[in-house]
Amino acid sequence: MGHDIDATRHRRIPAIALFLVKRFATFVITLLAASLVVFAVLDLLPGNVAQVMLGESATPEAVAALTSKLGLDQPAWQRYGHWLQGLATLQLGDSYSYSAPVTELIAQRLVVTVPLALMAMVLTTTIALVVGIYAASHHNRAGDIGVMAVSQVGIAIPNFWFAILLVHLFAVKLGWISAGDFAGWTEEEGGGLWDGLRSLLLPSISLAVVQAAILARFTRSAVLDVLREDFVRTARAKGLGTRAVLWRHVLRNAFVPVLTVMGLQFATLVTGTIVVEQVFSLPGLGRLIFQAISNRDVVLVQNIVMLLAAVVIAINFVVDVLYAVIDPRLKLHAA
Amino acid sequence: MSRLFWTRALRHRSFVVGGVLVALLVAAALLSFVWTPHPAGEIDVPNKLKPPSATHWLGTDSLGRDIVSQLIVGARYSIAVGLIAVGIGIAAGVALGLLAAARRGWVEELVMRLSDFAIAFPALLTAIMLSAIYGPGLATSIVAIGIFNIPEFARITRASANGVWAREFVLAARACGKGAWRITLEHVLPNIASVLIVQATIRFAIAILAEAALSYLGLGTQPPTPSWGRMLNEGQTMMYQAPLLAMWPGLAIVFTVLGLNLMGDGLRDLLDPRLARQR
Repeated sequence: MGHDIDATRHRRIPAIALFLVKRFATFVITLLAASLVVFAVLDLLPGNVAQVMLGESATPEAVAALTSKLGLDQPAWQRYGHWLQGLATLQLGDSYSYSAPVTELIAQRLVVTVPLALMAMVLTTTIALVVGIYAASHHNRAGDIGVMAVSQVGIAIPNFWFAILLVHLFAVKLGWISAGDFAGWTEEEGGGLWDGLRSLLLPSISLAVVQAAILARFTRSAVLDVLREDFVRTARAKGLGTRAVLWRHVLRNAFVPVLTVMGLQFATLVTGTIVVEQVFSLPGLGRLIFQAISNRDVVLVQNIVMLLAAVVIAINFVVDVLYAVIDPRLKLHAA
Repeated sequence: MSRLFWTRALRHRSFVVGGVLVALLVAAALLSFVWTPHPAGEIDVPNKLKPPSATHWLGTDSLGRDIVSQLIVGARYSIAVGLIAVGIGIAAGVALGLLAAARRGWVEELVMRLSDFAIAFPALLTAIMLSAIYGPGLATSIVAIGIFNIPEFARITRASANGVWAREFVLAARACGKGAWRITLEHVLPNIASVLIVQATIRFAIAILAEAALSYLGLGTQPPTPSWGRMLNEGQTMMYQAPLLAMWPGLAIVFTVLGLNLMGDGLRDLLDPRLARQR
């Protein structure tokens, strides 16, 4: 018996390793495909990017000068190769409108956008799991019906409108916080850790509430699905209490489908930060991308879009890997 | 649809509430073609930022434009964007999904991998790319949201169509010598229509939210065309003087999306009892 288990385990490890290698290969191919799309839309389709950046009224001499400066006179495949090389080495050249290195500009903004997305995700998960599990364990009772009704409204609320309402309540009416802007993470910037977190609290709440409503409903239905399984009935028949069944058996199994939705939601939150940063005037990636659009800085837009697409692809990759590691059924299937 | 369907539908609370909200939206949008309390774009600076009154039911904005008139004309654009964007999703997505289910093999694999890949480009990113090149506008937002809908419809069509292809009546049709194309049109499509209707309702709601976000960001509908998203943006700048300005368009979006979602839930229960039981 012990020998059988060992043998199965030995077979499983390469199966999972094979899955991971395959999934990593898909991840790399997807990244390359995304870079091709971004390059095609922002470099090939417009014809001459220099003309787009300078506008219709630009003189041919100015267009020719920028064309040569940006290397747009090189063949497309060469430009694409050059850009890929830049992405790999993080040498993306200078921004046309800021006259500063693109990598540096993006890195400066990530210190706002990344903590915002992470805070929003932590809040989303905490609210959704607590509320979803509560609703499922009170199925068809007042608490459950209340949660379902509130979450139905929550799903319908645009996050940027909720953000505006929060600004109105906490900044305009109560005057507890300033209506926007970011205090900074260090004292030299005029802020500190606490001030930085405080600046991101309302934006992360406005992002989290809508996503939590979606995730809470999903968690509830995932928990209810597991509660209907035979092994739960067996556990109850063994004499285990409701709480013990819930914590020991149900949640572990319900977590697998919930994780997939969480991954998708994290990707949504990353792009959602772009919108919410506008409401709170936060100096994150969102503000940079809109300034880049209004300055027609196509090179900067191209690199930020690529970064965001890469983050979404990477999140999906990580979720798939976690899924394979956590889900016992997937392991058996792979074996 | 049969009389039995409507008898059941009228007893379904979600469907009725959602249906009423959606009917109100459509009625407001249609009404705006023949009547608005005031011309929607009429600037009347002496009467700017007026509170709700008998003349201006929900007040006026910073340029003295009537809020109610802008809201109901804005409804027209929300519906138009939703309809066209979902239409693009259905036209391309359903065709790809049906093709994947009918051909299987590498065609199915290719369609599914493309659908997975499309997740990397949410509507906002596509709109940003298109705006950087062609400038922002209604067409940009419709195309961005439409493209975003294609993989969703492709995925759901393929999954549902595969279920139909495995059924005995399809086997019988094949035994009678019907080709894949005829089976798809005569058997598969009618059998997955209910799933597609439910999905279309939900995607319509998502499209309205996305359009509002893009207009709020200045990537969607451009002035002077009224749009809920842009009204919210303008309302936010007037928050200290007239806080209600940012309230009305937000409520209009919430009621519309809520209505469509409730209607979608209701339709799912009514058209696909198996799914309803699983919930």
